[in-house]
Amino acid sequence: MEAVPVRARAYVACVVLAALLCLLPPPGVRTPWGAVLLLAVLYAGCERVARSRFVGISHPAGTFYPVLLAGAFLLPATAAALVAVPGALLSHVEQRPVALRRVWRAAQHVLGVWAAARVHWALGGRDAVVAGDVPYALGPAGAAVLAFCLVLALLDGGILAVAERVPVRRAWRGLVARSLAPIAVHGLAGLMMAVLWRSPYGPVAALLVLLPMCVSWWAFAQYHRERAAHQATIRALVQAVDIKDGYTRGHSERVGQASMMIARELGMDDERVEVLRFAGILHDVGKLGVPTRLLRKDGPLTPEERRVIELHPEYGHEMVRGIGFLGEARAAVLHHHERLDGTGYPYGLVGGQIPESARVVAVADAFDAMTSTRSYSRARPVEVALAELKRCSGSQFDPVMVAALVEAVGRAGWRPAVTADDVRPPRTPPPGAPVSSPPGAHR
Amino acid sequence: MSAYRPPPLFTLVHACAALLATGSLAVTLYGGLEERRVALAFGVLVTVGELARRNGAQVREPAPLGAAAALSYALLGEAGGRATHHGLAQVVAVVLAGSLLGSVPHVARGQGPTLDHLARRVLTVGFVAVCFQPPYNRGMFDDWGGPAYALLLLALLSLTALCDAVLAAALAHSRTGWPFGPVLRDELRAVCGIGSAVIATGAVMALAVAVVGLWALPVFSVPLLLAQMSFRRYAAVRATYRQTIASLARATEVAGYTPAGHARRVAALSQAVGRDLGLTEPELAVLEYAALMHDIGQLSLVDPVPAGATAGLPAAEQRRIALLGGAVVRQTGVDEAVAVVVERQADPAAEQPLAARIVRAVNAYEEKSREGGLGGPLTALEELRLATAGEYAPEVVESLARVLARSSLTLPVTG
Repeated sequence: MEAVPVRARAYVACVVLAALLCLLPPPGVRTPWGAVLLLAVLYAGCERVARSRFVGISHPAGTFYPVLLAGAFLLPATAAALVAVPGALLSHVEQRPVALRRVWRAAQHVLGVWAAARVHWALGGRDAVVAGDVPYALGPAGAAVLAFCLVLALLDGGILAVAERVPVRRAWRGLVARSLAPIAVHGLAGLMMAVLWRSPYGPVAALLVLLPMCVSWWAFAQYHRERAAHQATIRALVQAVDIKDGYTRGHSERVGQASMMIARELGMDDERVEVLRFAGILHDVGKLGVPTRLLRKDGPLTPEERRVIELHPEYGHEMVRGIGFLGEARAAVLHHHERLDGTGYPYGLVGGQIPESARVVAVADAFDAMTSTRSYSRARPVEVALAELKRCSGSQFDPVMVAALVEAVGRAGWRPAVTADDVRPPRTPPPGAPVSSPPGAHR
Repeated sequence: MSAYRPPPLFTLVHACAALLATGSLAVTLYGGLEERRVALAFGVLVTVGELARRNGAQVREPAPLGAAAALSYALLGEAGGRATHHGLAQVVAVVLAGSLLGSVPHVARGQGPTLDHLARRVLTVGFVAVCFQPPYNRGMFDDWGGPAYALLLLALLSLTALCDAVLAAALAHSRTGWPFGPVLRDELRAVCGIGSAVIATGAVMALAVAVVGLWALPVFSVPLLLAQMSFRRYAAVRATYRQTIASLARATEVAGYTPAGHARRVAALSQAVGRDLGLTEPELAVLEYAALMHDIGQLSLVDPVPAGATAGLPAAEQRRIALLGGAVVRQTGVDEAVAVVVERQADPAAEQPLAARIVRAVNAYEEKSREGGLGGPLTALEELRLATAGEYAPEVVESLARVLARSSLTLPVTG
């Protein structure tokens, strides 16, 4: 990672200064040290456990906010802000510079919690919590959560704008909307903790509220781990196909990417775009069933050998037809060698008889085949390949798909991932990246 | 096949539950409801929880919210600062009514809760209510402090969860004949997962209703519903992963190296044997993946083995194919343990891990019984028994014989 720009350091320094000011107790307010200590230990413990071996991967749902928000609902603003400090300073940070990120996270949380506690206090939420008046307590708590969310988003957007030179408007767009739902749920749990903490049953009962949150958090992390494992398996599988076929590495991944671009250009919804990406990735999986000797044969193929190779769409379909989530991608695997004029294989379908997904993948496949180096031909420039696609559209390819690809490549260019190891664009989240998604908004 | 006769334990459990349910209903109908608003609110929550149920093989507690609501009603002594007076009969009656009402749409779709599930629900709620309501109504907990009272509720619910796990394991044991110990271990592991969320929510709801009144119910349901959702997504992605592995395993069939359905039959039979030998669920998952992919090494062969029958090959050749398979599995990024099992499936039985022994014996049985035609299964089993000197582990072969005897010596029909 490159050095942190000076303006970013200055920005962090300002935020830290503001946070330190928030931590100064106003005269005459007694800090309930026992409660602060208990909550701070609890928060630090939750952060440590959640980011260590227990979960295994850094959690995508962000920080463990219920304890922080319970503090904001229970304590005076300075005391509540103090709760966040040890947890944030001790938290696990993956990217360098570690110290700067920890300080940033601490300052950010201090400011957020302080604002939430002030709002909650000003709206009379404290009395509602002490009285256990739940329908009324929801109002101030909601306002406090909103304030918390806004402060975090404001600071995050600021660091994006300052450190990464993202335009301010784009930096702030969606930050609040994305994080509001999960933080609201955390706020609800925090409110419950606060009410029970003040009840005759005390902190013991409040701790019980955290258990369902922890369990759901664990399951969510497991879900992400399993999902990552699944995607890694699929990726490894298609790499095996690429190697067997003697293609340049990553052909399948690139076809997936091109299919995705075409699908986006056609205005398909996100779910369908994802399915078409898988269709592109898996289109040649049936070649696992074709002898390697035939696939890598140098000279011309005999008609019989050609027939064997042309079985691969059917082999592939036979393999993937049991995978439910692939949906229409399965049809694409079967029909990606059909041609509009009916001279393709395996069934010789004509025009509209060919499934839409297969028409997308056919264009993407041909495009990548032309623009990458093969044993029998050199890579052609993108423009030449697109012109060739246009020439064959109508007879071999669907003109709609070709036009979509030309449009998409013309706008965004064609920069396929160099290796097939990671198809996701590299992400460099700012220090203390915001809550990325609610547990439930992820697919 | 003879007509299905449920084992005596089932009859006993179901009879107890039915007795408790009818008795409670009768008493409640005769005596009327105490605190109708509270009863209605909890009844509605149980119904909602039941409506949100999802059935599936992987799901141990299909309706966590319903379970938590039922438990907290059994533990309710106070609502919004005023003492409640409902007893055992009313608790069971309300929970039963809510559960039945909530299962109507599921039954209409033909996937209602099993009788087991209802019986266990009634019995656990009855157990909690018996332990809590009479002493509470007699004022025995009056001089307990707040935190101690909270811990008491927690302890009571944990005890109940343990009893429920034992009951569930006993029922599963008597229905399937799987050994009791590992089944109990799996049930207890589930208690640590979603079960602990149910327990905590049940206790917290009872306490919160005492403090803030019925408003607590919707508010406190949110985290549990969230947990349920997370678990459901986890189960869904696991199922998808399984499908992908099974499809990958079919590559050998598609390529003509092995007969159609071979991998799936070996996987199904291996699972049955693994259960019989007392493997836990994570071990069974590894076993299943390994069994599905055990022939994948053949993809690297230049010429297919005739009919894919590796059991008849020389030992060195078998081991070479196994190593090739292990390499492929390692490449696919599946759990390391799976690759180890695939790699070592051809080693002498004494040196193998248990899962590899199972895969080896079941694979050999599947191949031999298919070759043998009509009397194939019996002959195959006999061959395995005679060949046990170092090739197939005797305890696995015996377990295989037990499993086959239970399913009357037919291969599981799949595909």
